[in-house]
Amino acid sequence: MTAIAPASNHTGSRTTRLLGAAVLLGLVALILLGFFGAPEDDEQRDAVRMIFIHVPSAIFTYVAFVTTAIGSVMWLLRRSIWWDTVAGAAAEIGLLFCGLTLFTGSVWGRPTWNTYWDWGDVRLVTTLILFLMMIGYLSVRSLGGDEGATATRAAVIGVLAAAILPIVNRSVEWWENNTLHQKSTLTDGDLENLTLFTLFVGFAVWGLFFAWSLIHRFRITWLERELRAIDLDRALDERRAERDDV
Amino acid sequence: MMLADVLLVAAKDLRIEWRSRVTVSQVLPFALLVLVLFGFALDANRPVLDAATGGLFWVAVMFVSIVAVQRSTSIETTDGARRALLLAGVEPAAVFLGKAAAVALQLLAVEVVMVGGVIVLYDASIESIGLLVATCLVATVGIAAAGTLLGALVAGVRARETVLPILLLPVLAPVLIGATRAFDDALGTVAVDGWAWLGLLAGFGAINIVLGALAYGVLLEET
Amino acid sequence: MTHLGYLLVGWGTTLAAGAAYAISLIRRGRRLSARVPADRRRWMTADDE
Repeated sequence: MTAIAPASNHTGSRTTRLLGAAVLLGLVALILLGFFGAPEDDEQRDAVRMIFIHVPSAIFTYVAFVTTAIGSVMWLLRRSIWWDTVAGAAAEIGLLFCGLTLFTGSVWGRPTWNTYWDWGDVRLVTTLILFLMMIGYLSVRSLGGDEGATATRAAVIGVLAAAILPIVNRSVEWWENNTLHQKSTLTDGDLENLTLFTLFVGFAVWGLFFAWSLIHRFRITWLERELRAIDLDRALDERRAERDDV
Repeated sequence: MMLADVLLVAAKDLRIEWRSRVTVSQVLPFALLVLVLFGFALDANRPVLDAATGGLFWVAVMFVSIVAVQRSTSIETTDGARRALLLAGVEPAAVFLGKAAAVALQLLAVEVVMVGGVIVLYDASIESIGLLVATCLVATVGIAAAGTLLGALVAGVRARETVLPILLLPVLAPVLIGATRAFDDALGTVAVDGWAWLGLLAGFGAINIVLGALAYGVLLEET
Repeated sequence: MTHLGYLLVGWGTTLAAGAAYAISLIRRGRRLSARVPADRRRWMTADDE
């Protein structure tokens, strides 16, 4: 790494500032398109406008989760601190997206399915279990102690969760077959063109925000690690000074 | 060689269990207590209790498994016993399989008593004993494997008593769903194909056994 | 517009949560970088001179 840090005291850089500006611009476009551009749905009426935030949240929950799983594998294979940091950062952002997916989904479900929550729905229940597993993952990360040990623990959970998730999904699918969830809002061709376009704007905004947060979160973890190293150095220096005094 | 080590570790854990009598004197009463509490909560509403018997049974097993895994883990963490096992040249995978087998056997013993409890307390009738036994066996193997893996994972952590349930219970969610459905069939409460669910439970068990055998060594050495 | 209340709750919560998380990230970053000497922030790109 040849790059030397700027003197400015923040975790931003030109990349993150560009990303951040794009997120804000995209968000304005998304709100305008979502509320005034896209037409209302024949069945759902205006409730359909929730999908512009719900579906991107759901997609990027899984993107974040896959990132965590990849980072976990890379830690286990190569002991790469870089990947471990990425895994932890992605998990935290994924938890936020996952919570928002569940929240917007149930707020949308109330007028559309006439219920906030449906235990028979595969994606709902699978996502909830994923949410709980991510809480467990992050709580293990936050326990402190030896860094390598924490990374290994977290990585094993990351891999286990990724391996279990298809089983969770299958089990919920068999459990109740009367799924309420829209099977394929994206692919069944029922969506109006402008609705679809707005949805893709949503994907873009969420993707950019994911990248922005991932970079910032990564740098925060990195700074925390540096700070611990600095504290350790200082403590060692003090000990050495004490010894020399004697 | 490997099998001998597995049996050795399992026998060691079971011998410790037998001498301390924790399973008999604490885990078993705890399991029955949970069943009684569910009874208090629902008995006034007999049809609900009948319909929910399978689910209540497996929720109780989940609670019991946490206690059993914590017990199994603490055997290894006290006095640095797990380091000693490694130094003795036992394969980590064998340690994992042995400990999981010991946990599974204890859970099965508790489940046998619990089935009796469900028959007496909840007035359940068994329609397919084969399915009932098979479900208990397959589900318990999965629970024991996942529990032993996660137990080792949190072994070196200060807050392990509180972290273990947070990690273990979501992972066991498919077991709860699958085993409950299979029990619904075995007890004749809901018309579903219980045997189909056994495949799912077996898949869960296989994943956890493989992952556990692979990851246990890393966890033992690095945490 | 139908379902306006539901929409406002869903969108409002999402935007508020996203904004709160973004602000918390920036704040944590500022607090931490103030304490770490510039030559130890190796991960940073030097793209903003």
